[in-house]
Amino acid sequence: MGEIAPARPGASARTETYLDWNATTPLRPEAAAAISAMLAHCGNPSSVHRWGRAARRTVEQARAAVGVLLNAPPETVVFVSGGTEANHLALLGAGRDHVLVSAVEHDSVLRAVPSAERIPVDQDGVVVLDMLDRLLAADPRPALVSVMLANNETGVLQPAAAIGAIARTHGALFHCDAVQAAGKIALDADTIAADFLTLSAHKLGGPPGIGALVVTGELELTPLLHGGGQERGRRAGTENLAGIAGFAAAAVAATEEIAVYDRVRALRDALEAELAAIAPDAVVLGAAAPRVPNTAAIAMPGVAAETQVIALDLDGVMVSAGAACSSGKVGPSHVLEAMGVGPDLVGSTIRVSLGWDSSEADVAHFLRAWTKLYRRCRGSSIGARAA
Amino acid sequence: MSWVAAAPGRRSEAYLGNTMPVYLDNQSSTRLDPRVLEAMLPYFTEQFGNPHSTSHAYGRMAAEAIEQARSEVAALIHADPRELVFTSGATEANNLAIKGAAHFARLYLQSGQPRDHIVTLTTEHKCVLESCVQLEREGFRVTYLPVEPNGLVSLDRLSEALTERTLLVSVMAAHNEIGVIEPITEIGALCRSKGVLFHSDAAQAVGKMALDVQGMQIDLLSISGHKVYGPKGVGVLYVRRRPRVRLLPLIDGGGQERGLRSGTLPTPLCVGIGRAAAIAAAEMTDEAARLRRLRDRLQTGLTRRVPGLRLNGDAERRLPGSLNFCFPGIAAIKLIEACPAIAISTGSACTSASVEPSYVLRALGLSEADANSGIRIGLGRFTTSEEVDFAIDALAAAAGRLAADAAVAGQGGAPI
Repeated sequence: MGEIAPARPGASARTETYLDWNATTPLRPEAAAAISAMLAHCGNPSSVHRWGRAARRTVEQARAAVGVLLNAPPETVVFVSGGTEANHLALLGAGRDHVLVSAVEHDSVLRAVPSAERIPVDQDGVVVLDMLDRLLAADPRPALVSVMLANNETGVLQPAAAIGAIARTHGALFHCDAVQAAGKIALDADTIAADFLTLSAHKLGGPPGIGALVVTGELELTPLLHGGGQERGRRAGTENLAGIAGFAAAAVAATEEIAVYDRVRALRDALEAELAAIAPDAVVLGAAAPRVPNTAAIAMPGVAAETQVIALDLDGVMVSAGAACSSGKVGPSHVLEAMGVGPDLVGSTIRVSLGWDSSEADVAHFLRAWTKLYRRCRGSSIGARAA
Repeated sequence: MSWVAAAPGRRSEAYLGNTMPVYLDNQSSTRLDPRVLEAMLPYFTEQFGNPHSTSHAYGRMAAEAIEQARSEVAALIHADPRELVFTSGATEANNLAIKGAAHFARLYLQSGQPRDHIVTLTTEHKCVLESCVQLEREGFRVTYLPVEPNGLVSLDRLSEALTERTLLVSVMAAHNEIGVIEPITEIGALCRSKGVLFHSDAAQAVGKMALDVQGMQIDLLSISGHKVYGPKGVGVLYVRRRPRVRLLPLIDGGGQERGLRSGTLPTPLCVGIGRAAAIAAAEMTDEAARLRRLRDRLQTGLTRRVPGLRLNGDAERRLPGSLNFCFPGIAAIKLIEACPAIAISTGSACTSASVEPSYVLRALGLSEADANSGIRIGLGRFTTSEEVDFAIDALAAAAGRLAADAAVAGQGGAPI
């Protein structure tokens, strides 16, 4: 069969457990079916012949489906190549001189405007609202505030509605990177009240290479990519038809199955409770704040995160030491540093992230592997010091 | 029965619900080659890891597949794999090449003369022209050179346009509307001798004609996946290492692609463009010969049956599968409407929905009426001789009908 068969990570032999869902997720079966159908289609949505018109219909239907994730109307959805591009389009395209970003944003936000002012977070990783208010009051220039909904490393949720309200008070635009929240908790664009929201398909069961910037108002936006005038002049380039169709199917499925994340939350909470029982010195970062249901940033004090990740990988458990894009790099997490976490804990924190397919067996596998490593390191002072 | 093995040309009927027109718009987009699809499938599913998650096996498998694909694309254009940057498509590659080079030159002004001048052609693709217009807004100077009536740039004129302040020349390798092949080797030599960067949008040329970034002295080269029987949503920018070409990224963040293009790489799409490149490298020579025969058959057949039919663009220096005709006195849009069983176009897909006559045909010196009668036909890997014969019949019959209607209406030579 040439149809795309959905992967069910860890569902078969239990030799491998995937707990790095914040880096990327397996493709949902609905998305696989939609991609299968559209990969066979050679139409360019801008062409006026029937192949082109059929492709155009797919794109416009997908726009409505992706809007469902945020309860936003179809015309607000601008398709781009992914979350990183969407963040750039918002931050650079809005054309605001004064840009403020939270200290825990993804690199794609931080590096889009390197000169942006940083809004501090408290020890739980939550933006300090008073500081945002003061920073905006202190500078009369038209501003853009960019704060993510859920943090990719800790899962900590920001009070987006309150941030949006403060921004509006000062006449500032509000961009919210919702990449790690969408599909994990129910979202409503009106409640968040952001001018721009970023979405990524491959974080919620869609394919990589496609994302969206949701533009809720009639804002002028300078495009990042100039050319053929696609996406109403906001993003040039032939539409990634199969990617868009897969994104749409995943968005609908994720929205319909959002209740699965109650089960995921229970799994995550059980995992954290077990860890606390096994290792009284283990720390879950950001645990005091509201979080998305699937993420746990876990420190095994004194043991380097890289050591942990390698050891867990050898035992068939896939987690990460932080954001995937920088996980190949060396260097401490700017997210944890911004929370005031001490260097010893920063260097020994791993990210465990679950998804809709995660099971009790996955959690048990992780706990076995983690505990084995923990006992080995604690039993051997050399291991502990070497970290 | 899997659709992968189904006959090309008819695979989407189930999705579309009825018979679709014969696809002769291969400049606009090409059908995914079933072999490419097969290579991509595992990376949608079981090997779904994030290629930047190098701390675990899933991530490393994806990363290896991407590097394999990078090598395959590099081999097609005689580049080093490290010189390739994956993008979301040729539009992004062109934007990155042009704006990236300009922004770097502005930020890191070498001592002495600033280089803030760009030379391109009036017939370039919209994404090249619009990138240049954006740079003009930012204070750069751009020269838009006219082309000769055959669609080719005059090397003398190009040479005269270069000044000590010229930073970049952007000339496409093969044209998306009229199919002509520009004198890339000569332009490369000229640019190198003047110390000017040479960018070529090769979206239409790659996989259809031999390209060698070394021999042609190309510094920046844009490639599209879906124009070479690969997937939409992926492209490549070649960025020369020796002598090194420096760019500022358009999209920054996680630092992927050696800092030139951040964002999670879409593994299945990268694998797809890699496989597409490998297939093109292996089959290009035979395929070009086959397409040339089909093209000649189409051209001869139509010329015989449509009085006054005129080919736009140089007759010799053109891509094997690409044709652009003026059907005299017949508005292209009427002809397209009269031939619903063939998918053809008036020109670039990005602008084909607009009512303006093709700016490319106008640049060849055609009158507005003639430019309005231009039809682009693109044959491809899955085009059969039966389809070509069908197209000849359909187009000739429709053109005859429309010409007769026009004569009855007494509208003379004006397009109806």
